[in-house]
Amino acid sequence: MEKKVDKAIITVVGKDTVGIIAKVCTYLAENKVNVLDISQTIVQDFFNMMMIVDLKEKVKPFDQCAKELEQLGEEIGVAVKCQREEIFNKMHRI
Amino acid sequence: MINIWEVNETNKMIEQENLDVRTITLGISLLDCIDADLQKLNENIYRKITTTAEKLVETGMEIERNYCIPIVNKRISVTPIALIGQAACKTPEDFVTIAKTLDKAAKTVGVNFIGGYSALVSKGMTKGDENLIRSIPKALADTERVCSSINVGSTKTGIDMDAVKLMGEIVLQTAEYTKENDSLGCAKLVIFCNAPDDNPFMAGAFHGVTETDAIINVGVSGPGVVKKALEQVRGANFEVLCETIKKTAFKITRVGQLVAQEASRRMGIPFGIIDLSLAPTPAIGDSVAEILEEIGLEYAGAPGTTAALALLNDQVKKGGIMASSYVGGLSGAFIPVSEDQGMIDAVEAGALTLEKLEAMTCVCSVGLDMIAIPGDVPASVISGIIADEMAIGMINQKTTAVRLIPVIGKGVGETVEFGGLLGHAPVMPVNVHGCEAFINRGGRIPAPVHSFKN
Repeated sequence: MEKKVDKAIITVVGKDTVGIIAKVCTYLAENKVNVLDISQTIVQDFFNMMMIVDLKEKVKPFDQCAKELEQLGEEIGVAVKCQREEIFNKMHRI
Repeated sequence: MINIWEVNETNKMIEQENLDVRTITLGISLLDCIDADLQKLNENIYRKITTTAEKLVETGMEIERNYCIPIVNKRISVTPIALIGQAACKTPEDFVTIAKTLDKAAKTVGVNFIGGYSALVSKGMTKGDENLIRSIPKALADTERVCSSINVGSTKTGIDMDAVKLMGEIVLQTAEYTKENDSLGCAKLVIFCNAPDDNPFMAGAFHGVTETDAIINVGVSGPGVVKKALEQVRGANFEVLCETIKKTAFKITRVGQLVAQEASRRMGIPFGIIDLSLAPTPAIGDSVAEILEEIGLEYAGAPGTTAALALLNDQVKKGGIMASSYVGGLSGAFIPVSEDQGMIDAVEAGALTLEKLEAMTCVCSVGLDMIAIPGDVPASVISGIIADEMAIGMINQKTTAVRLIPVIGKGVGETVEFGGLLGHAPVMPVNVHGCEAFINRGGRIPAPVHSFKN
């Protein structure tokens, strides 16, 4: 049987600059993380992006992906967070 | 699918409003450790705890990383030690060896508190129960992470006044034994009426005898989130106010439910209950008193406080019950003084007294909690305060508790510093008019009638 999707939410918050999405997506592509959905907005002059990704085929463990994304964020000067999807589903869906 | 606003709302709660899971508490039954040989008993206890809880801290941290939700405490509760130790312990000193074993086991597995150095004496004390109680001052002074609780009454049995009298003396002695640290030992000692078997919160947690071998109980928190939500509805009527609290409580509790299920799945230990309590911390913006202020009071303790707290407590339950498959423990708003900056401010402003706190405990969990009183208060007065609080629990069929800290060498107006989650507290005045003749009567207060309620 095919494995179910393994969804996580990646959020990127910070000062807008060139190449944020490119850098995050490059990392995801290199690690075989599939992007299912992206939405982006500017809240109070801050770049604010949310990606729903599928980690089913990921090449590294979740913890490592989350940590590396966080480090990548630090290099660009934005906060990147990777959380499993359930916390949002639980809180906002009955 | 989840949208960006929902994601941002959740993360804002975590990052700015102190949303966290206060504790994952692993309840462990020690009934199968009982042995008449004290050394064997200690070995059994140490082995059972360290093997059952081996992965507790690691699992907690894993869940934190997966969801980016802080899980502040990982803790253990065990079967009341008075039951486990009676066959082997002939003296209070024998019981102290078990306290040390619990402390050692807690350090080995990396939990910050272990609860269950307890006795259930709501109708009477056996010799073993009394030995455990008499060992408490030394046990709490000689250990770091052990928490003790004594259940001295219940709605079904009445109040064991002999135990109440003894506990007044024990609280004072515990304060004396730990006077170098502002009588910190008393912060780890709770006296209960109607103690729940599945409470995950310290210092009153123990693993009841009606529970299974091992179980995961989770305590949620989030006063800051409720406060922020209420800021959005300032001036609105009670219907809007109550709806807002309910919705927020639902969201907070869902996170607890998720964490409990995950911990249960990862450790292969069944999920017990979620405790819906609003548990404050000394951090700014993580205060139950601030919620009361947001509801419309100048300070906690002002007229209207009891009504506001009753409303808050009830709405938290209504929202939380829907969010979780099993609810238990204490489930209500906590009003500890030292652990809540808003409560400390209220005491310092002269708005909040011990008597008002007692009234507040009639409508919320759990009782007179983390209240520093002068160290020269007589034991009989402490027993009197305990008896009053136990009577509230007994008559109203609810859990009540007392965690008083008579600070040796300090008087009213001085401040004590406990550090960390235990916070700091101004020493509060106590009504010291005598009740010695009442406390000295001996025996027990009979159980109340359960009909003719008015």
